Amino acid sequence: MSKKNEVLLEIHDLQIQGYSEERWVDIIKGVDLTLHKGEVMGLIGESGAGKSTIGAAAMGYARDGTRISGGSIEFDGMELSTATEEEKRALRGSRIAYVAQSAAASFNPAHKIIDQHTEAPIQYRIQKRLEAQEDAMQLYEKLRLPNPEEIGFRYPHQVSGGQLQRAMTAMAMACRPDLIIFDEPTTALDVTTQIEVLAAIRDIVDEYNTAAIYITHDLAVVAQMADTIKVLLKGEEVEQAPTEEMLKNPKEDYTKSLWAVRSFKRDQKSRPKGAEPLVSVQNVDAAYTGGDKVLDDVSFDIYEGMTVAVVGESGSGKSTVARCITGLLPPMKGQIQFKGETLPPNYRDRTKDQLRQAQMIYQMADTALNPKVQIREIIGRPAQFYGGLKGAALKNRVDELLDLIELEPSQFYYRYPPELSGGQKQRIGIARALAAEPSFIICDEVTSALDQLVAEGILRLLDRLQQELNLSYMFITHDLATVRSIADEVVVMQHGKVVEQGPKEDMFTPPHHPYTDLLLSSVPEMDPNWLTTLLEERGVDNVGDAASQQIDTDDPKVST
Amino acid sequence: MGDILSLVAKRLGLGLLILFIISIIIFFMVELLPGDIAQAVLGQGATEENVAALRKEMGLDKPAIVRYLEWLGGAVQFNFGNSIVTGESVTATIGPRFMNTLFLATYAAVIAVPFAIVLGIIVALLRNSIFDRVANVATLSAISSPEFFLGYILILYFAVNMGAFPAISSLSEDMGTWELLNRTFLPALTLVLVVTAHMMRMTRAAIINLLASPYIEMARLKGVPPWRVIVKHALPNAWAPIINVVALNLAYLITGVVLVEVVFVYPGIGQALVDAVSKRDFPVVQACCLIFAATFILLNLAADVGAILTNPRLRHPK
Repeated sequence: MSKKNEVLLEIHDLQIQGYSEERWVDIIKGVDLTLHKGEVMGLIGESGAGKSTIGAAAMGYARDGTRISGGSIEFDGMELSTATEEEKRALRGSRIAYVAQSAAASFNPAHKIIDQHTEAPIQYRIQKRLEAQEDAMQLYEKLRLPNPEEIGFRYPHQVSGGQLQRAMTAMAMACRPDLIIFDEPTTALDVTTQIEVLAAIRDIVDEYNTAAIYITHDLAVVAQMADTIKVLLKGEEVEQAPTEEMLKNPKEDYTKSLWAVRSFKRDQKSRPKGAEPLVSVQNVDAAYTGGDKVLDDVSFDIYEGMTVAVVGESGSGKSTVARCITGLLPPMKGQIQFKGETLPPNYRDRTKDQLRQAQMIYQMADTALNPKVQIREIIGRPAQFYGGLKGAALKNRVDELLDLIELEPSQFYYRYPPELSGGQKQRIGIARALAAEPSFIICDEVTSALDQLVAEGILRLLDRLQQELNLSYMFITHDLATVRSIADEVVVMQHGKVVEQGPKEDMFTPPHHPYTDLLLSSVPEMDPNWLTTLLEERGVDNVGDAASQQIDTDDPKVST
Repeated sequence: MGDILSLVAKRLGLGLLILFIISIIIFFMVELLPGDIAQAVLGQGATEENVAALRKEMGLDKPAIVRYLEWLGGAVQFNFGNSIVTGESVTATIGPRFMNTLFLATYAAVIAVPFAIVLGIIVALLRNSIFDRVANVATLSAISSPEFFLGYILILYFAVNMGAFPAISSLSEDMGTWELLNRTFLPALTLVLVVTAHMMRMTRAAIINLLASPYIEMARLKGVPPWRVIVKHALPNAWAPIINVVALNLAYLITGVVLVEVVFVYPGIGQALVDAVSKRDFPVVQACCLIFAATFILLNLAADVGAILTNPRLRHPK
């Protein structure tokens, strides 16, 4: 990578405050940052570390409810902290561009993609409309978007997430800026799609020698993209080093702990001999009202005390299976058995005891807990409903449950969900599921909204609870690292079909079903050369959507 | 496009169903009024025989359901029977009145809707500035004052003090267009003042509501100037709530203008309704109510269709 010594962006002692609870609170506490022309810097840290805030500040932009309260931001000789709004605006889009986390939300639904793309070049009088469109099509082609001549004339909702993210990268390139801020550009994507976007971003940044600040919480991703990595914690810098060195020899304890997150692993259990499965999904077909079939002949078993991970891309039908098991979506065909007994397809027809046995924990603890209800009631309600507990017995049970999830009862009993951190909320979600005394819990992406350290805590807790209470888990996830750490068996789904299933060890040792292979090989690794090697091995046209479409789901190598 | 057509057809069908239900309610509400209509028409001194003869003549001896069906059959052909008071056909009586009301409503709407929306965009752009507050206070004061009060104030300033416009908006056959617009300016202005606040504040709220969206932030970070962020990026996504409020206010311009008509002595349908109620001219009352109901339903239908048409996901399906 070409690196010149010319400094492009120099941030010194940056301080940013956020307005909360009627006063200004420091959120960035004096961060320094030096970026050279053509250099890619990774900013990494947990949510709340201030990564995105620093990224926006590099454009001289303070989000609503925040203000830049101190320090200097010098972009190519121009001081942004004292510049007028007009001067700063003239830089945005032309010399500094921004790529947001969710392309689906960041493209205006009311305008065609190409019209949004050409807005900046036309406004800055760099190109005329037709020239700008021509240029957009060339960028689309460089970013390997299908039908580059035509795709820009669609509306954002007519294009898939991975394609939109690349279109947004193209849009950022429209005026050939000196610096692009990438704010978690692949976090919302599936692993298979992520690769395409990563490869596209890396190529184009290299080609135009654009400097970039790459914000992410995923270490393996940043290892592929960045020349230097800066680790942040709660608005302060922890350390900074060139990528290779940072990965090999992290100096600070916090960085080491981040690096060690993926270490949790428990022993794989095997099916008890001669026992019947606890939950058995048999030949289930399902569809939403008026829609196409979402599940096609899905069958798998879950045995007592075991964890079955269901993996696949978004839209593969993972969550729909969960809805069928819980009776929220009665299947069109097939049945769900519990301890050998067929459950009524609709939850309304199930007995209280049948309902009690299967509980759910959700991805977004924020939306799954009623913000206006105290913790004691959130957890107490199912205990009361299923167990008939009252008064002191109920209070004891809630205390016991809070103990189980490692939260001090006296501190949490009367609190409300918004007062809790993300990890604590997810623990409350777990306690609520446990309150019904189930034998089977469906965990729907329970760790994907959490930071890695917190997520690991949740996984350890779930593992401990499983051993103590002999629970069975169905673990829906798209994160194969989670599967590696917690699963006993794996079910791989694609387009509503089970393409492969079996014990975890078998799944992670070749030969695989081609789709499993694609999924596994798409998970970024900490090796900074991983992406380069992978692209050399597979070729750029054999990753992501393109590759997944080539796979025939009816491949005979579907083992059971 | 097929999706949109079927959606519109569904709404239209629903609108007709609602109108049918309302026709039942209107007819039988009038039935429920105490007292006998024939008795009321003939007065205290009428004999039993006279009343019975009139009842027969008016068809009141038939069962209500039969009379309803006859009335409905006529109503779908715009024949609402004859006025009890004048004996003339209801359609001939209120038809011209309704056209007058429509004219005044259109006059007010043509001024008020663009004015309110443009003002809404400006206050959204200058939100929390002095101009924003002044505009809010002014339009809210206008909507909070009773219409007759506003009307008299306007008469005081424009007609009495300045003599710029006539105080009374009576119409005659041989008036030219300019004369007509001049005479009806004050009632139209009163209505503009009454409906502007709603539409302006909804435009402002709908736009500001969108300013926190990621695509607005994206536009700002692309260096798009503030006015263009509002007009090009926020407004196209804010139409649905704005159109709904505009439709409700247009309906009000037609159905809620009684006071303004009285103040300016304007021969509209509101006055006709008030007269008919006081004279127990029930065919006229029923016809007016049905027209008002149809107006509401039609405008709400138009708002629904408008909201659907401004949604790019529906206009450009996958």
